[in-house]
Amino acid sequence: MWLTDSSIGRKVVMSVTGGALILFLTFHMAMNCVALISGDAYNAVCEFLGANWYALVGTVGLAFLVVVHFVYAIWLTIQNMKARGSQRYAVTKRPKSVEWASQNMLVLGAIVAIGLGLHLFNFWSKMQLQEIIHGTNFIAGQNGPTDGAFLIQYTFSQWYYVLAYIVWLAALWFHLSHGFWSALQTLGWNGKIWFRRWQVIGNIYVTLVILGFVAVIAMFFFKSLC
Amino acid sequence: MEKNISFKLKIWRQRGPKEKGQFKVYEMKDIPTDTSFLEMLDILNEQLINAGEEPVVFDHDCREGICGMCSLYINGHPHGPATGATTCQLYMRRFKDGETITVEPWRSAGFPVIRDLMVDRRAYDKIMQAGGYVSINTGGVPDANAIPISKEKADLAMDAASCIGCGACVAACKNGSAMLFVSAKVSQLALLPQGQVEAERRAKAMLSKMDELGFGNCTNTRACEAECPKCISISNIARLNREFIAAKLND
Repeated sequence: MWLTDSSIGRKVVMSVTGGALILFLTFHMAMNCVALISGDAYNAVCEFLGANWYALVGTVGLAFLVVVHFVYAIWLTIQNMKARGSQRYAVTKRPKSVEWASQNMLVLGAIVAIGLGLHLFNFWSKMQLQEIIHGTNFIAGQNGPTDGAFLIQYTFSQWYYVLAYIVWLAALWFHLSHGFWSALQTLGWNGKIWFRRWQVIGNIYVTLVILGFVAVIAMFFFKSLC
Repeated sequence: MEKNISFKLKIWRQRGPKEKGQFKVYEMKDIPTDTSFLEMLDILNEQLINAGEEPVVFDHDCREGICGMCSLYINGHPHGPATGATTCQLYMRRFKDGETITVEPWRSAGFPVIRDLMVDRRAYDKIMQAGGYVSINTGGVPDANAIPISKEKADLAMDAASCIGCGACVAACKNGSAMLFVSAKVSQLALLPQGQVEAERRAKAMLSKMDELGFGNCTNTRACEAECPKCISISNIARLNREFIAAKLND
């Protein structure tokens, strides 16, 4: 099977799963921005998704993408370290055109994964999980599993969560700033002219997505201060 | 302007593929700045031989940047600090008086050290033998205008064909991947009508040979492109990816 036993095939898996995760982030960001306008509207979105069958199918699909992306990342890194050989260079320099992020994708990915764990604890475990197991492990003041607006307000009124989420999103920005054009390069949809175009399109797109997330965090943090 | 400089050379010495190597430091005195890097190593070797020591082993041949024989990882760059040039085209005027110059062999599992600064690059020959050629009968030499080829394609094919197979891409890559080399060799033929006929088979055969020989997976860091003495573009890698994916989908 070429997706496992050829180097380009393995990269295609990284590229397709990564691209799908960028699409998911876009969808997630758009949902979050509803909270900027109205808490009730946001809760309506939470209710619409909740633990309905389509949301569960989506969650399972998403988890599958994340696991495949992780497993392949570790697998590729081990293979690449082996290919580099046991004897490393004494002096290494990074040429100007080489992005810092491109050489640190695994580390950035690990930070993103840790952030994801925190995020699942803060939100998912109080929402969809409670609905699935019919639990009642809510935060004091949370009005049922679909009261997402309360959880946003509760989480981002605590400065250390705000800080952790900002660090998480910054790492995600670096990861995606390389990941976006890299995914298209791997799929072969690139050339001398399109290379710069994809880089610019990618940077703008990724920045907008991350800013969407930051806006919600910032608004609720400043609201809590007032 | 010419002047003389003195510096320290920190050179990797290793007696054989299985033996443990280490750095040795040599003092170089009053070397004219218009000496080429390889001439400077010749001077060092002459001194070593006169002192009854083993000379430093390094690869070199044409000394005019076209054969792809010279290598050397100098101060953290394959082929040294100059861009778009091979080690043999590097001159001592690039270095400062009193500097320590670190010289290492290519380091990659695909290119094991033979001795000192010389590495075994036969893996590249094996990749070429796997499919880097045209096997269809192209007949006698046709008239140059018999097969029309656009200027754009001809230029891209020529750019790809400027790869000298030195291995700097593998040496520069943190993943020890040979994708830039393989993509250039696939592209130089895939872009032209007579090479296009076997393009799919070629991409599959050369890539699987590359994987088999233990080169890494490309992660698009672009270090290869930045360090390539012939400035081969990673757009060739995109073309290889395209050819390979299309070939696999057609299977």
